[in-house]
Amino acid sequence: MKTYTYTEKKDTRSGFGAGLAELGRTNPNVVALCADLVGSLKMDTFIEENPERFFQVGIAEANMMGIAAGLTIGGKIPFTGTFANFSTGRVYDQIRQSIAYSGKNVKICASHAGLTLGEDGATHQILEDIGLMKMLPGMVVINPCDYNQTKAATLAIAEHNGPVYLRFGRPSVPIFTSVDQKFEIGKAVKMTEGNDVTIVATGHLVWEALEASKALFEEGISAEVINIHTIKPLDEEAILNSVAKTRCIVTAEEHNYLGGLGESVSRVLALNNPTPQEFVATNDTFGESGTPAQLMEKYGLNSTAIIKKAKTVIGRK
Amino acid sequence: MRLKSNSLNMPNTQQLKDLTIQVRRDILRMVHKVNSGHPGGSLGCAEFFVALYNEIMDRNEGFNMDGIEEDLFFLSNGHISPVYYSVLARSGYFPVKELNTFRLINSRLQGHPTTHEGLPGIRIASGSLGQGMSVAIGAAQAKKLNNDSHLIYSLHGDGELQEGQNWEAIMYASAKKVDNLIATVDLNGKQIDGATDDVLAMGNIKAKFEAFDWTVVEIKEGNDIDAILKGMAEAKSKTGQGKPVCVLLETMMGNGVDFMMHTHAWHGKAPNDEQLASALSQNPETLGDY
Repeated sequence: MKTYTYTEKKDTRSGFGAGLAELGRTNPNVVALCADLVGSLKMDTFIEENPERFFQVGIAEANMMGIAAGLTIGGKIPFTGTFANFSTGRVYDQIRQSIAYSGKNVKICASHAGLTLGEDGATHQILEDIGLMKMLPGMVVINPCDYNQTKAATLAIAEHNGPVYLRFGRPSVPIFTSVDQKFEIGKAVKMTEGNDVTIVATGHLVWEALEASKALFEEGISAEVINIHTIKPLDEEAILNSVAKTRCIVTAEEHNYLGGLGESVSRVLALNNPTPQEFVATNDTFGESGTPAQLMEKYGLNSTAIIKKAKTVIGRK
Repeated sequence: MRLKSNSLNMPNTQQLKDLTIQVRRDILRMVHKVNSGHPGGSLGCAEFFVALYNEIMDRNEGFNMDGIEEDLFFLSNGHISPVYYSVLARSGYFPVKELNTFRLINSRLQGHPTTHEGLPGIRIASGSLGQGMSVAIGAAQAKKLNNDSHLIYSLHGDGELQEGQNWEAIMYASAKKVDNLIATVDLNGKQIDGATDDVLAMGNIKAKFEAFDWTVVEIKEGNDIDAILKGMAEAKSKTGQGKPVCVLLETMMGNGVDFMMHTHAWHGKAPNDEQLASALSQNPETLGDY
């Protein structure tokens, strides 16, 4: 079985910051906006190098989304930066009308998604954003798994013409994907080959899925781990090819099971190849204060939870 | 080809007045046909749109979404789409006969304006209120980045100012010296549920804009073409001075149709057959119906 190790941990938001800085040097049409969270979004380098292409809007996210939409008229490629909660729920109608329905080339870049935001608690820990964004016609939804992949995704979305939601996080997590990877929007990455169960994971849960697959292997269970960095458009072929072999699947995400990756996968399976599925996701609940690790443990979003669900779903075959 | 008239010449306001009457007929016939839509505010802004597209804005021929090297207009209060569509069509953006499809299934002329169906002349969807000023500011800042000295014009309802996003945008525009923007507020004093003063009184709107450090130009006769041209020329002269410019345009909702004036009743209601006949008789055909 292919195994993954890491030598360094970094936050995915820093991958975004590095990608944005590179875009600042390579794409003169890229502009950035932020609603008073420059440090948290790691936008400092871009701002330092391209002050004329940065717009600090203050604590006014609705205005930021509208300005971003307007900046596309004139050929700019705006990247907005704030926390996931303020990037989606707070400004849903602005995104819906001025960006998505208007077909504007805005990149909504959202940090501190999910429970791993940690101690600030439920007001800031959005677990509904994937659902909110994937429901918007034409919106691409991406949730990369580590620093390198977030950087690669940031570069890739500048080349895509249309609205994108890019979701990443706060905590330091292992870097296990390659530094020079090519990021293809909508193309899943098979991390391990396996025959007994498919584990489809996104974001921070990809590493947890790999840890789970190692433990399962020790117990004689071979898991096929697929990194679904793009939730919309979903790589249906990758999922169907895998379950044709394994005949059962676990989906894993740092999000409510309602509206998340798991439900998107369920639809693909229901239409094409009904397959037993278990969900590693939050169970229609808000989060709370705590350390990221404590929260992921309490809400069942770690490798232990994935192992348990994998065994359950294998039993349902 | 430039589509701007030279402001040094005396504009032929009689032509604009004739066009305004034809636009009124378009508005009335459009909303009557589908028994829906918003004639009141549309009629109130007919002169403004006619002046804007025929005299005030410096426009390029044809339609290009990016609008490089031309003035751009954003309608924030999208429900007055009838006047917008009529003036866009009669300014050459799409065939005038297409006004016949307003609000019908499979039409590019949706109830509220959208880019989604590819209608030339429209650069942003509007309808859900309060979003247009932010968009206009973004477009204005894109012009600055592109070293394009052309202006951004926008229109907002007075009731629409009750939406909080406007005040985020108003605060931002002056703080960031967005001085290539002329945002016009249609002061007709009315909204769906009644007079703005009764629904949610906004007090002194001029003082509010000035408190947010905008330059304010007042057009007291907002249904008079000459007054609009004079006021907008003044507004234009105040751009480029470090402050955004607000035009307070005092209009009469339902202007040009006696029974639609002095009431908020025609905000979102279409005339019946008899009412249409009466309204059209007050506005005899000038340039030909669609």
